[in-house]
Amino acid sequence: MLLSKFQTEVEEILSHYPVKRSALLPLLNLAQREDGFVSESAMRDIAKVLDLTPPQVFETVTFYTMFNLKPIGKFHLQVCKSLMCALVGSDDVVRWIKTKLGIAPGHTTQDNNFTLSVVECLGSCGTGPMMQVNDDFYEQLTEEKLGRIFDDLARDGTCPLKTGPFMYPLPLAK
Amino acid sequence: MAQYEKILLKNMEQPGYTGSLADYERADGYQALRHVLKEMQPDQVIEEVKTSGLRGRGGAGFPAGVKWGFIPKDHPGPKYLCCNADESEPGTFKDRQLMERDPHQMLEGMVITCFAIGAQTAYIYIRGEFRLGTKILEQAVQEARTAGYIGENILGSGLTVNIYVHPGAGAYICGEETALLESLEGKRGMPRFKPPFPATHGLYQMPTVVNNVETLANIPHIINRGGAWFASIGSQPKSCGTRIFCLSGHVKRPGNYEVPLGIPFRELIYDLGGGMRSDKPLKAFIPGGASAPFLTPDHLDVKMDFESVAMAGSMLGSGGVTVMEEGTSMVWAALRLMEFFYHESCGKCTPCREGSSWLLQTLQRIWGKQGRPEDIGILEELCGNIAGRTICAFGEAEVAPIQSTLRHWRDEYETLIREAQATRPRKKDIPVFTH
Repeated sequence: MLLSKFQTEVEEILSHYPVKRSALLPLLNLAQREDGFVSESAMRDIAKVLDLTPPQVFETVTFYTMFNLKPIGKFHLQVCKSLMCALVGSDDVVRWIKTKLGIAPGHTTQDNNFTLSVVECLGSCGTGPMMQVNDDFYEQLTEEKLGRIFDDLARDGTCPLKTGPFMYPLPLAK
Repeated sequence: MAQYEKILLKNMEQPGYTGSLADYERADGYQALRHVLKEMQPDQVIEEVKTSGLRGRGGAGFPAGVKWGFIPKDHPGPKYLCCNADESEPGTFKDRQLMERDPHQMLEGMVITCFAIGAQTAYIYIRGEFRLGTKILEQAVQEARTAGYIGENILGSGLTVNIYVHPGAGAYICGEETALLESLEGKRGMPRFKPPFPATHGLYQMPTVVNNVETLANIPHIINRGGAWFASIGSQPKSCGTRIFCLSGHVKRPGNYEVPLGIPFRELIYDLGGGMRSDKPLKAFIPGGASAPFLTPDHLDVKMDFESVAMAGSMLGSGGVTVMEEGTSMVWAALRLMEFFYHESCGKCTPCREGSSWLLQTLQRIWGKQGRPEDIGILEELCGNIAGRTICAFGEAEVAPIQSTLRHWRDEYETLIREAQATRPRKKDIPVFTH
């Protein structure tokens, strides 16, 4: 059971709030980080801990786009398609991904490594086009960069091209 | 090019500055908090912030000191401060930089604010996608707690302030202050009807202040250098201080620029941003995030302060300036923004929930060369039936791109519809947006 595994974290989270239900999003986050998605059993567990009914948890989960209700690939590619990124080529990024990995938005590669989603603004408008891969941001994407990112991720599970802490433009050297 | 003194970005632009507590202390960090605890009463802090003329940097531009003044002083139960770090307005990316590069600046502002309003608990509601920012803030809170700037008996003064980082889970609407409170309570993030306002019935129905990251980051500087100093910067009397503008789109040098309120758009776009990316001329720009109506090259000399931009028929909003070059279809731009608003409508109010879907379908029809002559009328009627008829300002926001592009570039809509009428392939598949 998820919550007994993370007992210290759960207790820490619960201690932040005077009302238990406030811990719902943090606990769901914890569940998703463990499993890659929010399973029905996790929702039932969380409901028990917070004295909620399972439907109360479910109705909240479905409101928030970051929660996956189904398992996804190891790396979740989320390409921003809002206007600011679209002006600087986010549609190209989706096309390049299709060429390189053979997946369209909503699909997962056969080796279960990559799932592609197109999402709305991720707060990176000055450094678009961009995508988020699991926890990391990759900005100012080009076709070459994408190739390297996918190679690195498949091989090492991480890629040095990820960006942050964010500052743009960088100050000019004095 | 004119040089302006930076306030919020000053530290982080120093070579080698990491945003750690040691770096922040070396740059005179937490001196304002020491001063407040030793020399000032809560009312004096509120007065100083009122004098400064600081207005909310999140979008609505409400005077921060006035907001704090609404908190009842004799309330017996707990009061709360919520830092709105749910930065999700398309075109805006300043809070992310403030949090990831200089987290203690806003934490110090938060502790001072808690002292001023009498709150012992503060939450930072950060958007769930900002995983790095969340980690950096959690670490900074821990550092500040160990050093005695956060927690019980802060610097021996008897003041208690606890700060917790609370990540959201991907909902634009949670940047609206009452939706943020609902979400923080673990519910669907749907805005509440106002009144009552959060100042009296906020988080857990207790008095609550919700302030944006940039607003809070300004507080230590106002304490250190005085409200009158802050009020002397910018465009008096109503737009004081500097502001971080986020420049994006077809410009050579996009990014965050901190300048005094009241410089003209031309200076931001051409001097700081280096002008257009290609040699095509400017066609349109959005002055304050996706919710702000589009402006045209005729508006380049409008001053970037709250009043001047409102007079020009738009709003300064969140400070996200997006530039579009000649050749960009304004129908397409409105469609792209409408896809965003359709996706993010929370569904509480019928006009917005149903209207956003109708607006999207009508725009898709026009852009997909399936438009009908009556479609422009449908758009106008729908917009008129959404704006002003919803609980929160999302209703006004979602119609802004359509109304403003119809106002300035109506011929583009008409041309597309005329072309559709000439070919009339009306029964073919109409592309439907899916997500």
